[in-house]
Amino acid sequence: MSETQTDAFKAYARKCGAVFTAVVCGTLIMVAASYAPLTNHHLSIALVLTAAAVNAFLVAGYLMHLIGERKLIFAVLAFTVFFFIGLMGLSIWAAHDLPALGAPVAK
Amino acid sequence: MQATTYAPHHAHAHEAHHADQGFWRTYIFSTDHKVIGIQYGLTALCFLLFGFFLMLMMRWQIAHPGEAVPLVGPLLNALLGDVAAKGIMSPDLYNSFGAMHGTIMVFLAIVPLAVGAYGNYLVPLQIGANDMAFPKLNMMSYQVYFLGGIIMFVSFFIPGGAAQSGWTSYPPLSMAVPTDGQTFWLIGMVFLITSSLLGSVNILATIIQLRAPGLTWMRLPFFVWAQFTASFLLLLAFPPLEAAGVMQLMDKVAGTSFFLPTGLAVGGNLANVSGGGSPLLWQHLFWFLAHPEVYVLILPAMGIIAEIIANNTRKPLWGYRSLVYGALAIGFISFLVWAHHMYLTGMGTKIATFFQTTTMIISIPSVIILTCLLISLWGGSIRFNTPMLFALAFLPMFGIGGLTGLPLGFSVSDIHLHDTYYVIGHFHYVVAPGTIFALFAGIYFWFPKLTGRRMSEYWGKVHFWGSLLFMNLVFMPMFIQGMAGMLRRMSDGAVQYSELKLQGVSGALSSTVIGLNNFILWGAVGLALAQIPFIINLFWSIKHGEEVHSDNPWEATTLDWQTPTPPPHGNFLTPPSVYRGPYEYSVPGAARDFVPQNEPQKKA
Amino acid sequence: MEIPYTVQARPDTGVYNAKVGMWLFLASEVMLFGGLFSSYILLRVSALEGTWPTGLLSVPLGTINTIILALSAITTLLAWVACKARMFDRFKLFQGLTILLAIIFLGIKSYEYRDKFTHYELVLKSGEIADGHLVRREANGDVVLHGHTVKEHAELMNGRKHVEHRELTIPKDQIVRMQNYGPWHNTFLATYFTMSGLHALHILGGIVVMGYLWGPGSRMWKTDPERFTNRVEVSGLFWHFVDLVWIFLFPTFYLI
Repeated sequence: MSETQTDAFKAYARKCGAVFTAVVCGTLIMVAASYAPLTNHHLSIALVLTAAAVNAFLVAGYLMHLIGERKLIFAVLAFTVFFFIGLMGLSIWAAHDLPALGAPVAK
Repeated sequence: MQATTYAPHHAHAHEAHHADQGFWRTYIFSTDHKVIGIQYGLTALCFLLFGFFLMLMMRWQIAHPGEAVPLVGPLLNALLGDVAAKGIMSPDLYNSFGAMHGTIMVFLAIVPLAVGAYGNYLVPLQIGANDMAFPKLNMMSYQVYFLGGIIMFVSFFIPGGAAQSGWTSYPPLSMAVPTDGQTFWLIGMVFLITSSLLGSVNILATIIQLRAPGLTWMRLPFFVWAQFTASFLLLLAFPPLEAAGVMQLMDKVAGTSFFLPTGLAVGGNLANVSGGGSPLLWQHLFWFLAHPEVYVLILPAMGIIAEIIANNTRKPLWGYRSLVYGALAIGFISFLVWAHHMYLTGMGTKIATFFQTTTMIISIPSVIILTCLLISLWGGSIRFNTPMLFALAFLPMFGIGGLTGLPLGFSVSDIHLHDTYYVIGHFHYVVAPGTIFALFAGIYFWFPKLTGRRMSEYWGKVHFWGSLLFMNLVFMPMFIQGMAGMLRRMSDGAVQYSELKLQGVSGALSSTVIGLNNFILWGAVGLALAQIPFIINLFWSIKHGEEVHSDNPWEATTLDWQTPTPPPHGNFLTPPSVYRGPYEYSVPGAARDFVPQNEPQKKA
Repeated sequence: MEIPYTVQARPDTGVYNAKVGMWLFLASEVMLFGGLFSSYILLRVSALEGTWPTGLLSVPLGTINTIILALSAITTLLAWVACKARMFDRFKLFQGLTILLAIIFLGIKSYEYRDKFTHYELVLKSGEIADGHLVRREANGDVVLHGHTVKEHAELMNGRKHVEHRELTIPKDQIVRMQNYGPWHNTFLATYFTMSGLHALHILGGIVVMGYLWGPGSRMWKTDPERFTNRVEVSGLFWHFVDLVWIFLFPTFYLI
């Protein structure tokens, strides 16, 4: 019995090793992207954040077992993410949708 | 139900149980959800009374600016020193009383009562659980709340006094006041928020995990649904304010500039800050909590009212599903309306349109809920006992509060009404004769379950009619003052903008509008007197009230009434199973006019 | 009195109590850090031109810390798997490793904090700005910096641009204003210290909880191994979330 358990543990450890390697690669890609001689600064920000999102997906999906998690937990997280996007999106929108100072009043 | 026959025997076992746990474990460091609920309840009622006294003193100052506060003036002077020299309230003291009245009422009184006390005591009982999912966490959340309350209370007595920048604590004003009151406020808030988060995790996990067998989602009493939604709001809306609180604390103690803009001048001098911050950021994060918070105040109240109405009309609630979906819709939309508090910040028209639209949309589920409760009365043979009177009064009072909110949801009318007494009148109608009436109703209603005795009906009715009358005398004139343009937060009762000071200036407040200050003062004094019968009744009835001879004196259907009285540690004698919906009153063919949820279906 | 579903999952929801509780708590944590990240973005996009520094923090140290935290996320997971496979000594090993890695993370973090607190910016009478690490203060009040001087404040905003550093001695009477790179220095550092500080508090909390499960709390292994395994899983979920936050904090403050 303990033989099979040791095997199961080893199999799991290998899977973890793969995820770890992927996360390290993602991190290095992130760093490289930030040093890449891109003329467009927004592009490099986008690249870095994409790599971060992939890393986050690996951690949440595999290490936290979100892939294959129960519907209940997904529902909670879906609402949370929605409200988080609402908070971020609406407050930033509000910061930009300002009446122009000194703009001519309607003639 | 059957529990009745076991009650005396079990009451005895209950006492024995207490004895071997000792006083401290039983009453102070208890993990029993009912004891914690009562701890929350008593602490919050004390804060409610304290917040009310702050308001009474402020009303005196508004009506009689510069005159010594009668009765308590010398006490204020002795306790607080120069800010109340000769018993006269200084503008600084008025400001801190105003800020702390709001903070105490919202964060230390109503939410802990509605969610902490009612949620803790009733949710496990109504879902047939023997305790909360995490009893130790439950004890901790009460203790953290209590500590937060102590920090807030102590801040009155530090040099410079308590926070002075309103319950909203807008920077840069809150930073410009040089005293430490604001620091105490922020630390106290971090404690209160942490406590609310722990409490809401607990209530949600309990409802999700510990429902009795057969208690499906659509068989939950509406009260449980209301608590469920309110807890979700606390869970997701409070953390951004905690973040904001930490940032303002950093601004205050570590010299950062999260909310302090470049070029900020305080007292005519350039402030020594690094700048680059945004005062509007605080407002966003604050209202992201504080608007859902309004629904945290009102949803449990609606839940209480629904239980009492169903019980006293002896018929099922009309539109149970509409009520549930209405509550969920309110919860969802309440996250998307917050910036209607910020129309005056120079907001652009597109974003203002967005928030006006969502604000109008959220009034729909609110009206659905109110309508369902109103229609539930139709055709019932209503029992007009004290809890039912409060519940009935809730409906029109909340209606006034809700409908007067609509003009504040439109930016055009809000620009005139913003920061006037109209706003004060509006949200006090929602919370005072709204939520607080529901909380009173609940106390009268569940008192027999907690103590085995009823509160006096006669004095209950005195309390009700007095409160109803004086609440309206206090808050109705505020609409008039507000529409006349009288601003809130003025320690001289707006005399400086009245005809008395500004003769011949168009728009100056008339002496009638100013005179209403005195009218409101006496209304508030009347309201205070009307609470005396309640306080005496509450404590007197614990020992001397009329004894109830059944575990279910109101003949209710939900599980909380199918326990021994008072429920022992562990609540139910045998784990209950549920066979039917929550409001099976006057079912045709049934032996009695109510069928408890745990009564098995008869075989056909 | 026994509360149901502390060990076994409730059939209709499919989870046990503590797991629901932890995910709900993590949802609130998402909103906590969500509020902070929203604030960061709002402050950054509305910052005036040339006032938001980039490349101020050490990328090698940040990268090492990211990898350390990722490794600790793996070890905490293996500690749980060891519990499930009923291998208590391996649990002890991996849980211990996790705690060790967490402590190393905090050590590197404090070194980075110290580096910022000894980094000074001096506005001089000539209008120039001297910027560098404090070497020493002379008895007469003169300041010795290892750094460089610039004409405009905006020149300090790109930390990755290579500049010659040398030892500068600045006479006391030339100094108009002297401030170190604490949270009070600018909004970037304010957000950095607040967010990474709050994250460090989470790490500390994780160390306490995992240390408890490693030490005195592990007695439960003998009485109720399944419940203990659940505790390890739930603390692991929290730890992964802490790692997740760092995965976003790292690029936000070190790279972009």
